[in-house]
Parts: sequence; structure tokens; C-alpha cells
Amino acid sequence: MTATAPAARSAERRPQGPLRRAAGALHRRPRLRLALLLTAPLLWLAVLYLGSLSVLFVSAFWTTDSFTSAVVRVWSADNFHALVTTPVYRQVIVRSVGVALAVTVLCAVIAFPLAFYTARVARPRWRPLLVVAILTPLWASYLVKVYAWRLILSQGGLADWMLRPFGLSGPGFGLPATVLTLTYLWLPYMVLPLHTALRQLPDGLLDASADLGARPGRTFRSVVLPLVLPSLAAGSVFTFSLSLGDYITVQIVGGKTQLIGNLVYSDIELNLPMAAALGTVPVVVIVLYLLAIRRTGALSSL
Amino acid sequence: MEGMAVRLQGLRKTFSETVAVAGVDLEIRDGEFFSMLGPSGSGKTTVLRLIAGFETPTAGRIELAGQEVTGLAPFERDVHTVFQDYALFPHMTVEQNVAYALKVRKVPRAERLARAREALAGVRLDGYGSRRPAQLSGGQRQRVALARALVGRPRVLLLDEPLGALDLKLREQMQLELKALQREVGITFVFVTHDQEEALTMSDRVAVFHQGRLEQVGAPAEIYERPATAFVASFVGTSNLLRGETARRVLGTGGAHSVRPEKIRVLDESACVDEPGVVSAAGTVAEVVYRGDATRFLVDLDAGGRLTALQQNLETSAEDVAAYRGARVRLAWHRRHTVPIPEESAPRPGAADTTGTADAPDATNTSAPAESPGTAGRPDRPDPAKSPGTAQVPDAR
Repeated sequence: MTATAPAARSAERRPQGPLRRAAGALHRRPRLRLALLLTAPLLWLAVLYLGSLSVLFVSAFWTTDSFTSAVVRVWSADNFHALVTTPVYRQVIVRSVGVALAVTVLCAVIAFPLAFYTARVARPRWRPLLVVAILTPLWASYLVKVYAWRLILSQGGLADWMLRPFGLSGPGFGLPATVLTLTYLWLPYMVLPLHTALRQLPDGLLDASADLGARPGRTFRSVVLPLVLPSLAAGSVFTFSLSLGDYITVQIVGGKTQLIGNLVYSDIELNLPMAAALGTVPVVVIVLYLLAIRRTGALSSL
Repeated sequence: MEGMAVRLQGLRKTFSETVAVAGVDLEIRDGEFFSMLGPSGSGKTTVLRLIAGFETPTAGRIELAGQEVTGLAPFERDVHTVFQDYALFPHMTVEQNVAYALKVRKVPRAERLARAREALAGVRLDGYGSRRPAQLSGGQRQRVALARALVGRPRVLLLDEPLGALDLKLREQMQLELKALQREVGITFVFVTHDQEEALTMSDRVAVFHQGRLEQVGAPAEIYERPATAFVASFVGTSNLLRGETARRVLGTGGAHSVRPEKIRVLDESACVDEPGVVSAAGTVAEVVYRGDATRFLVDLDAGGRLTALQQNLETSAEDVAAYRGARVRLAWHRRHTVPIPEESAPRPGAADTTGTADAPDATNTSAPAESPGTAGRPDRPDPAKSPGTAQVPDAR
């Protein structure tokens, strides 16, 4: 130890070492630094993610042998033709998009007052607690939550019991139950961006609007909504795409309801190319949705 | 009889345990440029927010043009506000911002645009209508906020330290512009500021706030020349207080007295002062502060206490001035510039430390020579960077 003491002292002045030298070299070569940083994730993205997407798209143009269900690698647009012309497929696609939109609208309607409360009304020291409370459902397993809803909605379940005094009964299993459950599942994804946006909304703007003669409704339409719209859109990207891709919830609480995901799931054994063609539908719909959303500037706030 | 634009009666506002406004009675005349001056936390901004309707008073009554508005919402009051951080709507263009008050009132589109343009021209911003607030400099944003608040022709315009975020040059320019604008439109301006110079420069009348109460209301000259309380004497301008034994020895009477630094002449110790009505006191120069246009002398009086004297640098230079440090001098001023301050309003301990403890000079006086006696504990030139809310104002781009 004592022998290295002088060396240690000089190291104190300007530390040396292979790691340090490498760091220095990297510092002088920003391109190399970037390459090292991004190679692995880019490979992942290009090969596994985009690769599998393109395989999906390509296989959608193949067909199957109707006896053996084996994939026949012959190019044809039959599957896409069937998607458009077969009434069942059309109905299921429209229904799936409808469910996704309904869930998104419901989430927005429920999340806005909630986020307004947590972000602007609640006492500051309660805020973190409330945000955690909103997030806690995300810690529970997806299946547990959906089965909980199955119990709630089942015949003679909680929903029926609570509505009986009003002479009503629960929605039972079906399309409304699916929308309800999906809304519950994805609500936090809508509340969080809205909460953040409303937190960042300066008090002064609301005061200014009222000061200039605007009633609360006008202030909401002309000041609050335009300013949180990007966050609302960002949240809707989550709720919309998660709903569009879901096929488990609908199996558990949807009764006989079929969504795109169910068709893909049932076709995957019998008619892989058809499943692939069906699988491209949500991708296309979500791309269209993102293009529409981009106009609100939401993507820059994601 | 002249109308009253604003009348406050017994106004109180408490936030949980803090008393922000502790009983204010005030009348602001129609067409007046009225300033509310005070240090931060003195309640002046709360009073403004109460007039605007952003806060509800704990007790008391607010009248606007003879109508009680105490419980009314901001949008029910004929009052517009220019906010400290301007609060321009970032998603609207300048023109949309200015036209907002008109749009809310459903003024037809053509008239709306015409009036917005006119208001923008009034603040010399024609041609900026299609920009966004983020594309404007601080001074320009300030003027947009002004145009936005004026376009609806409110009965009263409230201004909450609107110049606080601007740099000194721009601030001085805006002071003149604001005053000219107020004369032109004839609207009552209620202007909140912590900058005594600003208040004195622009106002018809000034109200000095301290700890949620009104200390004095009057014309700028009245406030400056005849401070009613020790607080006003020390907050508005640099004040010299002569008290107790010191006052007895120098002036021949007890009690507290205020003298403005610029009224005091600095003479040689041997100078003979026997003009009628002139008071003089000998002392040692503790510190000399050269300020370019003038020099400040901090003089420890033989009679006890310390006085500040301000001399124009008519013929002196920085070098001449430095030679004064430690010199023996005689201070002289006219007796009519000595203003008696009611004793019961004596400042809280430490606020003004030119006390009558003649035989025991305060140790803090000598350890902090650059601080003038009357200014201890308050900013002499308010630092805009320290004013609340400045941090929220984005950089001028």
C-alpha cells in the first residue's frame, strides 16, 4: 500500500485507468457513442418487432389448403377481399372499433373530473396519495380484475343486487359488460396524462378567463379543453389501442360477443393467413387513429 | 360629487391562520391612477384579488361604482386585470387573446376584430395580431395583457405588479406609457407595486400597506414629504429617523422625526450654520457610497444615531468622494423638512435602527456600514428577480 502511495497521489490529480480512457475516447467520438447505445435496441426493433409485423403482413396474402389447413404460399388478396365482403367480418371490425371508441369516450368522461379533482381541487399533500390510489388497480393482475368484473356482472351478482332497489338489473354478460370492464381496466391510462396536464395548467389562465367575463363553461371550452387536448389525445391512444387489441375480457364477460381478437384467436389454428389478415386490421386502424391524433399535437406530449 | 370607482369597507381576509388583510377601508375615485404600495406580504395583492373577485373576503364589503359586488364572481364584475405573469392564453394568437373579452360577450366578429386591432394599435403592437404569445418579448407580452384588459373598457383596471418582470429601462419606459394610456382612456387604474419609485412616479394617489393594514393614503408628494407613520417614512424613500435623546439634542424636542436624505447638506465640521430655521449636527462619515449621479453619506452623529445624506455629484468625482470616509462633517437641513412621526407608530424593533440610544451606538450599525439606517430590512431598489412570480415568466424570446 505504501509503495503505491505516490501513484495514488498522482491519480488524485488526474485519475487514470482503462475505463476512464475508454470513457474519454467515447467522449471524443459522439457517433461511436450513439452506435453503442442504440445497436441493441435498434436490432430488437428492426428484426423482432418490424420483422414480425412484416411477416404478419406477408402471410396475410397466402392461403390455406381447405382439407389439411396447411398454409399454401400462393399470393392472393382473397383474405382481404373476404374481410371487406363477408358481413360477419365487417360487423366484427365495426363492432371492435365501436367498442374501442366507446371505451375511449367513457374513459375521457370519467377521467376528466377525476383528474381535475386530483390535480387542482385536492389539497396538495393528498395529491400523491390520490395518484397512487388511481394507479393501484394497475398492480393487480389483469385476469383477476376481469374475473372480479365477471363476478360483479354475473346473474345475482353485485350489479344486480345494487340495481334491484331501482327495479333494474345488471347488464349481464355481453357488449355493454365488455365496454364497462375495458373502461375500468384502461381508466388509469387516461387519468394520468390528464392529471399531469391539469397540474401544469397555470392558475392565472383560469383567473384571467373569469376576469375577462367568461363563465366556467366558457373557460372550460376556450381555455382548459384546448390546453389539455394533447394530453387527452395521448391518453386516448392508450385506451383506444388497448381496447382494440383486447380479446380476453370479451371472452370472460362478453357472452357471445366477438371482437377482432377473438376471430384472430380462433383462426390461428385453422386459417393462419386469414388470422394474419384480420390482425392487420387493428394495425391499420390504429395507424389511421394516430394520424388523426397527430393533428392535435398529442404525439409530442406522449 | 365625484363618483367612487371602488369602495372597500372593513375588508378582512384570512387564509387559515394567516391574516392577509386586517381591516381595510378605502375609496378610489373615478378616473384615478391609484397605487397600492407595500412590501411583499403586506396584503396589497390580496386586496387587488378581492376587488377582482378571485378571493372572497372573510369580512367586509366591496363596492364597484356604487354597486355592492362582495359576493359576485369575477365574471360578474366590470373589472379587468393585468396579471403579474400576464396570463396570456398560450394557444391563442395575440389578436384572439385581445378579443377574448369581446368574444365572451358575444360581440359580432367584425366589430371584435376591429376593436382588438384598435386596442393593439393603442399599445403600439399593430401587425403582431397573428403571433402567439410565446413569440413575443416580455415587454410586448406586457402590452398584449394591457390591450386585452382594456379592450372591454372596464370600469376599473387592476394591475398586479405588471412591470415587475421587465428590465429597468423597459420598466421606466412602460411607466410613462402606462400613465399616458391611463390619461387617454380615462379608466380608473388600481396599480399594485412594491416599488416606491414606481408608485410615486405614476400615481395620483398612493396607499401604503403594511401587515394587512393601510398606513397612509395620499398624493405621492404627501406620502413622501409628510409620512404619517415610521413605516411609511422608512418604506417610501430612504428615511432618517431621529428619536428620543438624539432628537432632543439635535432638534430640541423629543419624539420621532424623519428627514429625507436629499434634504441634508454635508458641510465641513467647522462650517458655521446660523441661518434661521436650519438645524445642524456634527458627526463622522462612516461610509460613502458613490452612485454615479449622487453620493450617499452615512454619518454617525455625535448626538447618537446615524443619518444618511444624499448629495448630487455636481462637481465631485468618485475620488473626491472616497476621501470623505472617516472625515468629520456637519450635516445641515431646514427645520421644515423635519417631519414628526407619531410615536405610537414606532416601527417594530430592527426596522429602523437610528434609535435614541446615544451613548451606546448599535453594534450592527458599524458592522454593516453600507446599510442606511432607515432601509435596514427592506430592499432599497427592489430586485425584480426576487419579486414573487417572476420565476414563472419565461425568458423573452
